Amino acid sequence: MRKAKQWIGINLMLVFTLIVAAFLGIVVYDLLYKGSSVISFEFVFDFPRNGNTEGGIWPATVGTALVTLITALFSIPLGVGAAVYLNEYAKENWMTQLIRASIRNLAGVPSIIYGLFGVAIFVNGLGFGASVLAAGMTLGLLTLPYIITTSEEALKTVPDSYREGALALGATKWQAIRTNVLPNAVPGILTGAILGLSRAAGETAPILFTGALYYLRYLPQSVFDPFMVLPYHLYILSTQHHAMEEVRPLAYGTALVLISLILLLNISAFILRYRFRKAQMR
Amino acid sequence: MSMSENLDAAKLKVRDLRLSFGDKEVLKGISMDIPEKEIVALIGPSGCGKSTLLRAINRMHDLVPIARVSGEIFLDGKNIYDKELDVVDIRRRIGMVFQKPNPFPKSIAENVAYGLKIAGGTSGKNLQDVIKTSLEGAALWDEVKDSLDKSGLALSGGQQQRLCIARAIAVKPEIILMDEPTSALDPISANKVEKLMLELKKDYTIIVVTHNMQQAQRVADRTAFMYLGEVIEYRPTRELFESPIHDLTKNYISGDFG
Amino acid sequence: MNRNRTDRLFSYLFLGAGMLSVLILLGIFLMLLINGIRTFAEINPLEFLFGSTWNPSAYEKASYGIGSMLVSTLMVTLGAMIIAVPLGIGSAAYLSEIAPARVREILKPILEMLAGIPSVVIGFLGIVLLGPAIASTFGLNNGLNALNGSILLAVMALPTIVSVAEDAIRAVPNSFKEASYALGANRWITLTRVTLPASFSGIIAAMVLGMGRAIGETMTVLMVTGNNLSMPNSYFDSIRTLTATIAIELGEVAYGTTHYFSLFAVGAVLFTISLLVNIVAEWVASKFRY
Repeated sequence: MRKAKQWIGINLMLVFTLIVAAFLGIVVYDLLYKGSSVISFEFVFDFPRNGNTEGGIWPATVGTALVTLITALFSIPLGVGAAVYLNEYAKENWMTQLIRASIRNLAGVPSIIYGLFGVAIFVNGLGFGASVLAAGMTLGLLTLPYIITTSEEALKTVPDSYREGALALGATKWQAIRTNVLPNAVPGILTGAILGLSRAAGETAPILFTGALYYLRYLPQSVFDPFMVLPYHLYILSTQHHAMEEVRPLAYGTALVLISLILLLNISAFILRYRFRKAQMR
Repeated sequence: MSMSENLDAAKLKVRDLRLSFGDKEVLKGISMDIPEKEIVALIGPSGCGKSTLLRAINRMHDLVPIARVSGEIFLDGKNIYDKELDVVDIRRRIGMVFQKPNPFPKSIAENVAYGLKIAGGTSGKNLQDVIKTSLEGAALWDEVKDSLDKSGLALSGGQQQRLCIARAIAVKPEIILMDEPTSALDPISANKVEKLMLELKKDYTIIVVTHNMQQAQRVADRTAFMYLGEVIEYRPTRELFESPIHDLTKNYISGDFG
Repeated sequence: MNRNRTDRLFSYLFLGAGMLSVLILLGIFLMLLINGIRTFAEINPLEFLFGSTWNPSAYEKASYGIGSMLVSTLMVTLGAMIIAVPLGIGSAAYLSEIAPARVREILKPILEMLAGIPSVVIGFLGIVLLGPAIASTFGLNNGLNALNGSILLAVMALPTIVSVAEDAIRAVPNSFKEASYALGANRWITLTRVTLPASFSGIIAAMVLGMGRAIGETMTVLMVTGNNLSMPNSYFDSIRTLTATIAIELGEVAYGTTHYFSLFAVGAVLFTISLLVNIVAEWVASKFRY
């Protein structure tokens, strides 16, 4: 009786786990199955034509890359800086607790709120307008808590003996961090940054009002121009288009390109992390 | 306790040094003089404060937020805890070798050159010379001269510790602190490091923390026995081991506790 | 001395980067407050919170009641939790207590990738796959309703629930389990009577954090719930959440109008809920630590 209960319980858990894993399988399978026939050289590298009913997604791909680049430039230095502060400088006091609590709460703020903040601060407040810069920085804020947390994890894996050894040789704290701590945390920081950026690249809500457009026949010429991005393009094609059913294949193609990009980033991050961990075992 | 010799010319003078971590007082008023170009061993049971004292001498406790220090440590007559003095400068004059060899994940040459590079001085030919003389000084040159580009982590444990010693002497310190430098090594490697210490004594003042009483007798000119944060007895090594004054010392060196 | 000046400069830079998070959180709060509060120059706060009609562009008299949206948000969140909690905790327990190391090494990245799938992609599949499936199963005109949203939000909340719950279960000291085994309990009894109860607070925290994700999710619900503003009666009704309302209306509203400010007030309500959720999660998680 007890054995039977255990058998049922454990197998039920296994089934649950497989259901969860199957969600990823369904997403990938369906997109590959229905999207791959749309993918062509023209689809990836051409401009959209005729109100998004024909042509490709080139400006959306480029826009995604540009916005993500701004996000990276904004969030990585600040995120790593904050992580260095928390792991290397901060004392256990109320201010550090306040910073940590803020980071945890920022991680839980809905992405649409970041969108509102982006509109109020970057688009209107700082006058960037609806642009690559405003959207990139909005996504940067959204990504910041993630980068701080993962960078701090990476810094924690650097043994204290590297810090002490450097200080005992007369290094200043900053020199010890620059020469002995940061270089050894780089793979871990990079893993976190790539994962964080891959999430940012797929976000839509924060950029709805900070610069994403649904149809552009040219590429942004500066960071103050509006842009197309893949997730927003997919949103438009699947819900806002006047001929939704006809452009469904294009939507599938866009979704496939987007998810390939993101899974590729994810996988490269996992490989990096795996190697990093193996190197640390030695 | 009184010292039998005149120590006016001491390189390092510790005066009423007290140190606590939070509420816990770990050093309870230490005073001792360390003469130049001698080896002084600190012995005592675990938790007696010997490593804490060692780390106080190059202000490594600055890194611990809850550590509170009072009292003075004079290096050539100047208090190293003086606000005017630069802690970075003090650490360059007082080098340190740790219990567990801790070469940086860099090449052997880069490890040795580290202290000089961060000081922003030497380069080129001169740097090569320093690397060579430091490795020679640490009795490691012959073993690694053909593989200076190899990672310091690829060396054996004993070689790693000698690399750390080379790294310490490359910045030409006046004092070298060693925190149980051989406890993580096999007997043969430990023996090499001990020989090296006797060699280094010609140029440097050395303070070594050790659990190994034979080691203290083999290398140290003077030995201090510490117990519960105090120096119980500090005398020339042979006197301390042959005729300990204090009962605690007697018990410890005869192996009755520890 | 120059080195020391550089050292000090960097310590200030790092402090600044550290403080930035506090400033951003404060900034978001103030931005929502300053903009949102202007709604109440014209609208009674009680009417705003409890009124069930949202019609800012009405011809006669505009009305700003977020009641139906609040109910909609709570409804999809509840639905998502009913689906995600058993799946999430079951998977977490399996991954941390039962699964061989190799299986775990494959499944954990899969979960992380699931967390990385953009919400628009999930929403898109809700339209093209799940919607038609729901419509044909239940004989509805279309499948864009609260049920669809609940299922997809469950998928999106799952990675959070699984990873936080797994950490909590893993944190149970081995001595607890060994004591149970020593008394002759098998794995299943040990898990259900010892390990899971011992990690109870962590599991609750996982649920609360997953709930937070579901409440704040925008694109998925925007795409698959039909966005009908009337008060919902069942999971087959089309609904419109707080997040979807901001997403739909902020793009077309005139700057500086009551309607504009009211959207920030909706944001403030969302922000408050998300803060509360986090505080509750932290409080629960801190109740029980080893």
